[in-house]
Amino acid sequence: MSEPLYARPTSVAEALELRAAHPDWMLLAGGTDLLVDSNHRKVPVGMLDLWRLAALGGIRQRDAAIEIGAGTTWLEIERHPLVRVGFLPLAEAAREIGARQIQARGTIGGNIGTSSPVGDSLPVLLALDAEIEVASVRGSRRVPYRDYCVGYRKTALAADELIIAVHLPTPVASTRMVWRKVGTRKAQSISKVMGAATMVLDGGTVVSARIGMGAVADRPIRLTAVEQAVVGLSLLQAAEAARAAVPAAIAPISDIRSTSDYRRAVAANLVARFFAV
Amino acid sequence: MKIEMNVNGAARVVEASPYRRLLDVLREDLRLTGTKEGCGEGECGACTVSLDGETVNSCLVAVAQCHGRTVKTVEGLAAQQGDKEILHAVQTALVRCGGAQCGICTPGIAMCAADIVERELLHDQDLQQARVMVRELLAGNICRCTGYQLIVDAVIEAASEVGLQRRERASRRTP
Ligand SMILES: Cc1cc2nc3c(=O)[nH]c(=O)nc-3n(C[C@H](O)[C@H](O)[C@H](O)COP(=O)(O)OP(=O)(O)OC[C@H]3O[C@@H](n4cnc5c(N)ncnc54)[C@H](O)[C@@H]3O)c2cc1C
Ligand code: FES
Ligand code: FES
Repeated sequence: MSEPLYARPTSVAEALELRAAHPDWMLLAGGTDLLVDSNHRKVPVGMLDLWRLAALGGIRQRDAAIEIGAGTTWLEIERHPLVRVGFLPLAEAAREIGARQIQARGTIGGNIGTSSPVGDSLPVLLALDAEIEVASVRGSRRVPYRDYCVGYRKTALAADELIIAVHLPTPVASTRMVWRKVGTRKAQSISKVMGAATMVLDGGTVVSARIGMGAVADRPIRLTAVEQAVVGLSLLQAAEAARAAVPAAIAPISDIRSTSDYRRAVAANLVARFFAV
Repeated sequence: MKIEMNVNGAARVVEASPYRRLLDVLREDLRLTGTKEGCGEGECGACTVSLDGETVNSCLVAVAQCHGRTVKTVEGLAAQQGDKEILHAVQTALVRCGGAQCGICTPGIAMCAADIVERELLHDQDLQQARVMVRELLAGNICRCTGYQLIVDAVIEAASEVGLQRRERASRRTP
């Protein structure tokens, strides 16, 4: 067995060159998805290691948005004042991703890279209307997360592209943001159902809402039918309208964790509670 | 490839395939067998070490990722005083409280507990909150023997020793 090649770029430009030259190499960040059971898996031909690449780290204010580098860990996200103050659901999701050892290594870029239907940050990215900045030697572009995940663990990322950062537009002042994960135990559990919502309120009336949910379809989804059903309603009415509209808006599966009927019922209650708590 | 890292305060050089797990290189090449394997999947925490100051699962680290970085294992927790080894406060507390039985989870628990104590993560918490926090912070460490109660006791005791108790008393005096 020959040894895999290993490269640790020190700049984004170098990383993009390597990515373009070796699209078959393992693209590695914190390894908490890729390295599970790694000693029983096929050894990759090469490894492109992005872990702690400085240019992919950090959280910054950028005009009316914050920018989170793809290499930022959950621990860094959870601790960061810009996230805690302006984007609490993301801090809350970060705190529920695995346990502390996973949060110290797992990155937001890795969660987006995998784009599993149970990726806990992904409904939050949908509810916050996040844009994913990706780049290659050909140039860079931004993709809204709602167009990024295109199927079961399938993404719009090209073979020569890297995820650079996540951009979260700052919501208007009267926006309410909520997040909830349902799992078998409080920590270190894969979600049965989880979701996030942002809603703009005028007095007690819903002006607009965005709802992202995970583990209720083959990919993280926006519940646009539910979002439309709640506009113009009081919070209490919105809760009832949401409860009624959620089951038809999702397509959950049955697996070892839950049945689809269970997921439908829990999802309906969870979204209803986003409006009336 | 040649991998240079600082392990428990000493510069170490190993020749290893970059894809090998840090866990295996520690145990097999460096003979630091304190770090255990439970699951190999990031679930159990038996393999916990500190990498650049953060507790991580060494089964989920490719050894090449440690080149030029600092690793601390359970063997590095105790302080060396001449030829005497002074156990870390969390180690003596685990022994004293009965927080270790078969011992497989213990190195990982000790690493996480030391992190909690050294960072003073329980600072300003009352006892009940502190217990809840310890359980959350140790959620990635599975123990099949103790039922956790005695482990939580040990972490609280160690944290107290390192300062919590004193602060708690002070805050009780000024209601
Ligand atoms: C025990 C355990 C518990 C877990 N619990 C949870 C949980 O509760 N919730 C949850 O959502 N997840 C959970 N996970 C999954 C995992 O921790 C997260 O998805 C994490 O965010 C992955 O980040 P990483 O940096 O470790 O990714 P890696 O494993 O390094 O990479 C994951 C994928 O993303 C790609 N990638 C990484 N960075 C980039 C980049 N910059 N550009 C392009 N592609 C990139 C990689 O190529 C790979 O395909 C858990 C994992 C374990 C082992
Ligand atoms: S062996 Fe690494 S977490 Fe279980
Ligand atoms: S003491 Fe046996 S697993 Fe914890």
